[in-house]
Amino acid sequence: MTKNDFAVIGQPLPKVDAWAKVVGETKYADDLFLPRMAYGKLLRSAHAHARIRSIDTSRARAVPGVFAVLTGDDLPRVKFGILPVSQDEEALCIEKVRMVGDAIAAVAAVDEETAEQACRLIEVDYEPLPALMSIFDSLAHPEVRIHEYGDGPNVHKNVALQFGDVDAAFAGADLVREDVFYFEGNTHLPMEQHAAVAHWASDGKLTLWSSTQTPHYVHRVLAKVLDTPAAHIRVIATPVGGGFGGKTDPFSHEIVACQLSKVTGRPVKIALTREEVFYTHRGRHPVLMWIKTGFTKRGDITGCHLRTWLDGGAYGSYGAASTFYTGVINPVTYKMPVYKFEAARIFTNKPPCGPKRGHGTPQPRFALECQLDKAAEQLGLDPAELRRRIVAEPFTKTANHLTVTTIGLGECIDKVVEASGWREKRARYGVSAVQAKPPSHKKGLGIACSAYLTGAGTAIYWNEMPHSGVITRADRSGGVAVLCGATDIGQGSDSILAYLTAEVLGIDPKDVHVHPADTSLTPVDLGSYSSRVTLMCGMAAIQAAERLRAAIFKAVAQKLEVSPASLVARERKIGVPDDWDKALPFARAVELGEALHGVLAFSGSYAPPKRAGKYKGGGVGPSPCYSYSACVVELTVDEETGTVDLEDVWIGHDVGRALNPLLVEGQVEGSVYMGIGEALMEEQVFRKNLHKQPSMLEYKSPTTLETPEIHTILVETDDPEGPFGAKEAGQGPLLPVIPAIANAIHHALGIRIDEVPITPDKILKALELKRSGKPARVGPGKLPLFTFKEPIVVESAFGQPADAVASRPFA
Amino acid sequence: MKVRVALNVNGESREALVPVHKTLLEVLREDLGLTGTKHGCELGECGTCTVLVDGQPVLSCLALPVDTEGCRITTIEGMAEGGRLHPLQQAFAELGAAQCGYCTPGILLTATALLAERPSPTRQEVKEALAGNLCRCTGYTKILDAVELAALRMGRQEARA
Repeated sequence: MTKNDFAVIGQPLPKVDAWAKVVGETKYADDLFLPRMAYGKLLRSAHAHARIRSIDTSRARAVPGVFAVLTGDDLPRVKFGILPVSQDEEALCIEKVRMVGDAIAAVAAVDEETAEQACRLIEVDYEPLPALMSIFDSLAHPEVRIHEYGDGPNVHKNVALQFGDVDAAFAGADLVREDVFYFEGNTHLPMEQHAAVAHWASDGKLTLWSSTQTPHYVHRVLAKVLDTPAAHIRVIATPVGGGFGGKTDPFSHEIVACQLSKVTGRPVKIALTREEVFYTHRGRHPVLMWIKTGFTKRGDITGCHLRTWLDGGAYGSYGAASTFYTGVINPVTYKMPVYKFEAARIFTNKPPCGPKRGHGTPQPRFALECQLDKAAEQLGLDPAELRRRIVAEPFTKTANHLTVTTIGLGECIDKVVEASGWREKRARYGVSAVQAKPPSHKKGLGIACSAYLTGAGTAIYWNEMPHSGVITRADRSGGVAVLCGATDIGQGSDSILAYLTAEVLGIDPKDVHVHPADTSLTPVDLGSYSSRVTLMCGMAAIQAAERLRAAIFKAVAQKLEVSPASLVARERKIGVPDDWDKALPFARAVELGEALHGVLAFSGSYAPPKRAGKYKGGGVGPSPCYSYSACVVELTVDEETGTVDLEDVWIGHDVGRALNPLLVEGQVEGSVYMGIGEALMEEQVFRKNLHKQPSMLEYKSPTTLETPEIHTILVETDDPEGPFGAKEAGQGPLLPVIPAIANAIHHALGIRIDEVPITPDKILKALELKRSGKPARVGPGKLPLFTFKEPIVVESAFGQPADAVASRPFA
Repeated sequence: MKVRVALNVNGESREALVPVHKTLLEVLREDLGLTGTKHGCELGECGTCTVLVDGQPVLSCLALPVDTEGCRITTIEGMAEGGRLHPLQQAFAELGAAQCGYCTPGILLTATALLAERPSPTRQEVKEALAGNLCRCTGYTKILDAVELAALRMGRQEARA
């Protein structure tokens, strides 16, 4: 279909929830106040690693206004975690704490202040254990065990996969580069702190309102840890005030709020402080990387071997998946015929890392794209042209058996090269330029590209059910209700459901009432993560709306005495295009439909095509389709201070189809912004076992003044897997920004900073090295002594054609 | 110790009996039911809790109600007059300047103060005025665009009047 065939799709419409948001009416979790509500607070560990000898809560219980005090002994002894393979968390720690910030006890009181005061009166007798605060520490001290499970002492996960013969690939290369990179961890920093309100009512049923991206998984975990039938639990995700992956795990405060409500007989709210949010974390893993790649003289990749070491923090979280994600997406972007990947996630006594926008892929993307820049320099090739040459082939398989459908990367590169004036500026700026004013201000231009998945192809727990479900119900008024478990975290999923439904039924998006994320009313959607919602909920919404339309068409066809196939739905009417005067109003058509069929409620279901590679670990990486991005950054670096001033960012993004270009641009701009913060300033780092900067004052993130002009160029490839051809937009565009900045700094100054964030001190250090005639590089040198698993060896599937027909369940 | 505070909020006289150290942010949200004003950092860094006091942006997480007695306090709930959206609210909704929407009230009020002082600000002036308001969703682009659009529309309205 072309753009002109659509009424709603492709229009820059306001979001359906925009109006409530601009008048302050949107109710986030912390905005809920229920009658008799008590306020909960958690007592958190002050030790990074310690055994708990005893807990004395008597003084806290005696505080006037305290309704209840809980310790781990007051909860069923059941551990939990988001992934079935890493059930290692406790809502309240019983025997041991593994990080500063682990919850130990909880208080419910008449107000927050009283609850806080009571928490301070709880006495915990700790037996401190050695704290392991880095990958090197944890591997050097196998005698200290953070957990008793995993793939070795303090090794959560150890994986190795090989697709083809890398040694032969390197032997056949004209240039083989080995480089080492480090990506410091950082956190999501959503503007809204996590909050939850629990009400365990007198009928024995529990309702939890929470700022969560994954109400379905929270539902499952609550049933497990509270030892209560899931059928008696209802989880409602309130509008989320920023997620970025930080609200994707089930959390201690959610579970504790429920239990406190049970014992007090009151609704209980727990709202985290900003400091608690920093310790709750689940953000970007710090990753150390070694990457070896072979190139021909023309820049073709002959093969690639990547090793990653992830600093996982104290718990599993999504870490087993994150570990795979540091490797599996790299072959999706360029022609990479042979690939070997080894990775290990190490436990440390720090807040657990997990999924942050781009989940596990920005780190290896930084490594690969910086290495490509170095290779281009060595081979005397233009880094944009090198990339353009090696873009992967659409509708083929990668070395690691991922099926790639449409690829708009070539067009993305062409467009950012053109718009940025790449060729002219690359020649005019740079380390040898003479025109700098003042002379210490050097300008540079850098490029990088990326790919990202549009939804994980497999669910977090193995099952044959839909990943997304929608119920669409037409009302005699002409209004249409859409019930879907999707969670709007600001990305606009409610709006997308309304647009797609309106498009199919020929009505206005305003006629559609979206009811999201309520486990008792809405069919399951797995959650707002892995860029899956627009595609998966979208496909389910289209299916439900088409079924509704077919039922209505049947009734209208009888009335008008025409065939259903001759009917169209548009402008809130249903009729035959050539005889439009007789077209019936949509509301009348619904009445006819209801008279014929009874209640008009239809379901839509979606599960991704089954394409997991047939090897162990093949379940992480497959996706219905992949988005592509190319980014050019223009910046000025001050050689005297090391400060980087970003001027312009051009980003081309292959979104398949922009269902609403305004929303897609917003996702792209937000991704670019977040990438800039990670590249230049944000870091989650620790000193003496404590977070070094657990406040917004100390943890620096870009303001309006650090954010450059962002020029977004959308490329449409009309992917056969997506709703009306759409692919993801919310994560992929973050990925190329970070290496593009590093590469632009190299262009400006001739230095390599192989470590993010790229702070002024690192730039000054590299310039100092350069002046003293040493290699002008700042980055990691040392790698851990570590034995990876014997790799699973599989034939490379590189270049094989994609399956002719993708079979999708429920289609 | 609790004190009685008499506040003028959005043109209405409101009273509350609150602990003397309770912040304006908490009193607005918890005692007056005006939850449009949000907690962000609670130390005056992020701008999320911004309200207007006599037309000037004030961080309500650092302000005490007793200090605002006798002043005109405007929160996001008071920005639309008589059910008609302020041009800034209209532009923010139309241009997608609110994603998760959590920082939006604070940014709208800060921008209101800017446009009252400088009806036709340059993009750089808008950036400087909003530099104290963090947004983690939008990359600020659509926010800046929306402030510029609202300024343009308000200028046209002015010219017509």
